[in-house]
Amino acid sequence: MSKEIAPLQDPGLPHHVHRKADTDPVAEKRAERQVSILFLLSSAGTLLFIYSFIWIPIDVFVFLPILGNTNAHQLGIGAGLGFALFFIGAGAVHWAKTLMPDEEVVAQRHEMRSSDEDRASFVETVKGEAAKVQLGRRSLIKRSLGLSLGLVGLSPLILLRDLGPLPEQSLLKTTWDKGVRIVTDPGNRPLRPEDLEVGAIVHVLPEIKDPEHRKLKDIAKDASILIRVRPSELKLSEERMSWTHEGIIAFSKICSHMGCPVALYEQTTKHLLCPCHQSTFDVPTGAKVIFGPAARPLPQLAITVDSEGYLVAAAPFNEPVGPSFWERNS
Amino acid sequence: MAPALLVIGLFLIGAIYSIAATPNNATASNAKSTLIEEGKSIFMRGCSSCHGLNAEGSGIAPSLIGVGAASVDFQVATGRMPMADMSQQAMRKKPVYSPEEIAALAAYVASLAPGPAIPTAEQLDYERDGNVAEGGELFRTNCAMCHNAAAQGGALTAGKYAPTLMGVEPVHIYEAMITGPQAMPVFGDQALTPEEKLSIIKWVKSVESEGSYGGAALGKVGPVTEGLLGWVLGLGSLIGIAVWLATKAR
Repeated sequence: MSKEIAPLQDPGLPHHVHRKADTDPVAEKRAERQVSILFLLSSAGTLLFIYSFIWIPIDVFVFLPILGNTNAHQLGIGAGLGFALFFIGAGAVHWAKTLMPDEEVVAQRHEMRSSDEDRASFVETVKGEAAKVQLGRRSLIKRSLGLSLGLVGLSPLILLRDLGPLPEQSLLKTTWDKGVRIVTDPGNRPLRPEDLEVGAIVHVLPEIKDPEHRKLKDIAKDASILIRVRPSELKLSEERMSWTHEGIIAFSKICSHMGCPVALYEQTTKHLLCPCHQSTFDVPTGAKVIFGPAARPLPQLAITVDSEGYLVAAAPFNEPVGPSFWERNS
Repeated sequence: MAPALLVIGLFLIGAIYSIAATPNNATASNAKSTLIEEGKSIFMRGCSSCHGLNAEGSGIAPSLIGVGAASVDFQVATGRMPMADMSQQAMRKKPVYSPEEIAALAAYVASLAPGPAIPTAEQLDYERDGNVAEGGELFRTNCAMCHNAAAQGGALTAGKYAPTLMGVEPVHIYEAMITGPQAMPVFGDQALTPEEKLSIIKWVKSVESEGSYGGAALGKVGPVTEGLLGWVLGLGSLIGIAVWLATKAR
C-alpha cells in the first residue's frame, strides 16, 4: 500500500512583523529624532560648504592622516557639499525605513491592451484631424516642411566631414631631411658631437626657420633623441653603423606601439623604455624590441656632421615614424 | 733701444709676478695636497675594498678615474655611497661622512683625472638665473619620463627606480645632471645649458614648496592612487550603502 503524498500547501504571505516604531511610541519618537538629526547634519554640511567657499583662503593647508597636507579650502568645499547631499539621502532613507507606512498592499495586475472601442476611436480621431489640417491642399507648406526636414537630416553627414581630410603623405614624412641640422628641444641650439658625453641623451628636433612657431603636429612626428655610447658597444650592421657618428646614434622618439615619447633611458643597461606600456628598446642593437607590446624597432635616423662641425641628418627617416596605420607598407 | 726696453719690461713683470704669486700658490697647493692626502686615506679605508686601491674599479664597482668631484659629492653627500648593500641601486640615506670628509674625498678623486667639478654657490643661484616656466618645459621633455611629471619619482626596469626629487639639495640635482649617476643619463652643458639646469632646479623647488591647490594630492602620482581610492573607498562605501538600503528596519 503506497502512501499518498499530499501536495505542498501554498504557504501564503509571511506573517507581517511590525517595526518597533509602529508599536512603541518611544521608538517612534527616537526614529523621528534620528531622521531630523540626519537632515540637520546635511544643513551643517551646506553651511560648511558656504563657509569654506567664502572665508577659507585658498592657501591654507591642514594635515590629515593618510591624505597628508591638504588644501583646507578645497577640503571644506568637497566635504561640505558631500555631507549636504549624503545626509539628505540618508535622512530620507531612514525616514522611509522606520516611519513611513509599512503595510503590505495587494495590487491586481490588469491587461495592458486597450479595449477595441478605444483603439477604433483613436484611429478615427487621427484620421479626422489629419483631414482637418488640409495637408493635401496646402502643398506649399507640405513641400517647405519636407525640405526643412530633409536638410536637418543632412546635418549629421556634414559633421562627419571632420573625420577628413585623408592624411595623404603626412604620416609618411617628417621634417628631417638630408643636411637638416639637429637642434635641442627646447632651446633650438645646434649640437656638435663633442657636446655629448658618453652616457648622454639629448632630446632633439630638426632645425627650422621659425622655431618660435613650431607646429605641434610637426613635433609629434619629428621628436627624436640622440644617445652617445662607446662606438665599440654598438652592435649594428655596416649600413646602420654608417648612420651613427662616433658612437652617437639617433632614433625617433615616437613609440612604434602607440606613439608615446620613448625617452626613459637607462644609461647602465642602455635600454630605452616607453613610459606608457613599458616597451623596451635595446639601443646598441638599433633599438630592437626586447620587451613589451611594440612590434617594430624605433626608426633610426642617419646622422653625420656638416662642414661647420654641427650634427645634421644624413637622410630622412627611411620608414614612417610612430605607430602602425593602414596605409603603412612595412 | 726698443728690444732692450722690452726685455727689461718682461723681466720686471716676471720678477714682480714671482714675488707676488709664489707664496700664495705654495700655500694653496700645500693645502690642496693635504686635502688630497686626507681624501686618499679616507678612500683607502672606506671605498677601496670595492673601487680598488687606485680607484680603478673592480667587478662589483665602477672605476672612479675621471668621474670628477661632482660625482663624489653627489654619491657620498646624498648617502648613496658607501652602499648599504648590493641591491638593485644605491638609495638616498643619511650621509656616512661629514662635509669635510666628503670634500677631501672629492679632492682626491678629482686629482686622479679631470672630471666635472662641484658647482659653486655662485653657479647655483637658481633664484636669480632660473626661469620657472622654462624649467617646467625642460623638465617635461627631459626628466618627466623617469622622475614623474611632478618630480615624485617613478619605476624603472628590474627593480630600479628614479627617485623623487622632493627635498633634494639644488647642488645635488645639478651634480646628477652633469654626472649621470647610476641609470640616469648625462645632461651635458650643450644638451641643457647651465641656465637651463638652474631653471629646472627652480621649477623642482617651486613644485616642492607649492601646496596642492586642487585638494588632496594623493602622492601626485596621477591616476594610480586616484583610481585605487575611487575603486576601494568609493565602491566600497557604495556597497555598504546598498546593504543598508536593503535591510529592513526593525
